[in-house]
Amino acid sequence: MTGTGLTDDSIIRFARGVRLQHDRVRERWIIQAPERAFIPDPIAAEVLKLVDGTRTLGQIVSELASRFAAPVDVIGRDVHVMVSDLTTRQVLVVS
Amino acid sequence: MTDTLLSPMSLLAELTHRCPLQCPYCSNPLALEPRRNELSTAEWISVLDQAAEMGVLQVHFSGGEPMSRPDLPDLIRHAVGLGLYTNLITSGVLLNEKTFPVLVEAGLDHVQLSFQDIDTANAEHVGGMKGAQARKIEAARLIAADGMPLTLNFVIYRENACRVPRMLEAAVEMGARRVEIAHTQYYGWGLANRAALMPTPAQLEQTTQAVEAARKEYEGRLSIDYVTPDYYADRPKPCMGGWGRRFINISPSGRVLPCHAAETIPNVTFPDVRTDTLEHIWREAPLFTMFRGTDWMPQPCRSCDQREKDWGGCRCQALALAGNAAATDPVCSRAPDHGRVLEVLETLPVEPPPFRYRRYTRATDEVG
Repeated sequence: MTGTGLTDDSIIRFARGVRLQHDRVRERWIIQAPERAFIPDPIAAEVLKLVDGTRTLGQIVSELASRFAAPVDVIGRDVHVMVSDLTTRQVLVVS
Repeated sequence: MTDTLLSPMSLLAELTHRCPLQCPYCSNPLALEPRRNELSTAEWISVLDQAAEMGVLQVHFSGGEPMSRPDLPDLIRHAVGLGLYTNLITSGVLLNEKTFPVLVEAGLDHVQLSFQDIDTANAEHVGGMKGAQARKIEAARLIAADGMPLTLNFVIYRENACRVPRMLEAAVEMGARRVEIAHTQYYGWGLANRAALMPTPAQLEQTTQAVEAARKEYEGRLSIDYVTPDYYADRPKPCMGGWGRRFINISPSGRVLPCHAAETIPNVTFPDVRTDTLEHIWREAPLFTMFRGTDWMPQPCRSCDQREKDWGGCRCQALALAGNAAATDPVCSRAPDHGRVLEVLETLPVEPPPFRYRRYTRATDEVG
């Protein structure tokens, strides 16, 4: 689908020099990256909070599906697209 | 008003004006600060504490050459402890297998490494330092080997514009994740050397095409920031994201500025971290409030639909080209002074004149 070779077994982590951080002054989550900080939408923030370098993509999807009482296939599709996009933007890497 | 005032996002900490290089497009002011006026380590620590408290997210350690300051690792370590994202903007000539591991250990997040050119002879002609290129290449190797994200910065000017494709290839080969292909900005030393640096329209077109081709070729591997010369634009850039909206610059002696060129603004007191708090300066200092928002704007900005997009462009450029910091940026084709920009471009010399080099010794000689 994306050409990045993402599967449910892929383990996702942040690229070196990129992190999710809570901005307590503005009360929101931000992605800190080389020479830029950007604001993930609320759904992306929920996904990124689960990225710890040990969880697989499948585990992230099932955790979100149970937390938000949503169908796994719908969540799975959205998360795959998002992770693929953030990989292209060098925010996440697949190991 | 103060409730809706934005918190600053980004702090540029110019630790020193000292630098082994002498680039004729340096962003430092013409009057360089002597070493004895520099803020102490304790004063910088206080600046970092205050900045983090105010909501600054990223601190950029710059100069001059910030690695000239022996306390750089301590400042990085302190910033990291405050949750700030730390970026080192360096020439790389002092970055080696002894100095770099100390910065890694301090928690540095990212390095932006500058190159004057990809051609060694011209790079060293422009930087004024023999052997600099080999040191920079070694610096890039050490950073990439560590895995720390690396951005290469190439300033583009008349002599090196033809080599942008080679610069982009080199960035990939050196393991950079980002590269800045940034045409010279004409302030300070760049303005003093404008006739020698300004590219032709054909050169600008070539660099744009090279960047577009490389963006396709290296997608997902190399992100390219491309900065064009303002003089060839129809609309001004939203300089610093708007005056006093996102960005704070601290000069080596502790002056607090809305941008690194703001010391050219006449008839205003420059606020100072040695005598006031950063928070109070950000909210109240006339230097910050004078061009903040849209109330200060003359026509045509005041009634322009772009006024909250470009914020009237650049105040220092208005001063440099129109003689009035409160004028519409003359880069804008709607500006009354737009003719000044066209005149500069129409009167570029066929043969570029020699550089006027930025020499740190001149600053120390004058003051000491």
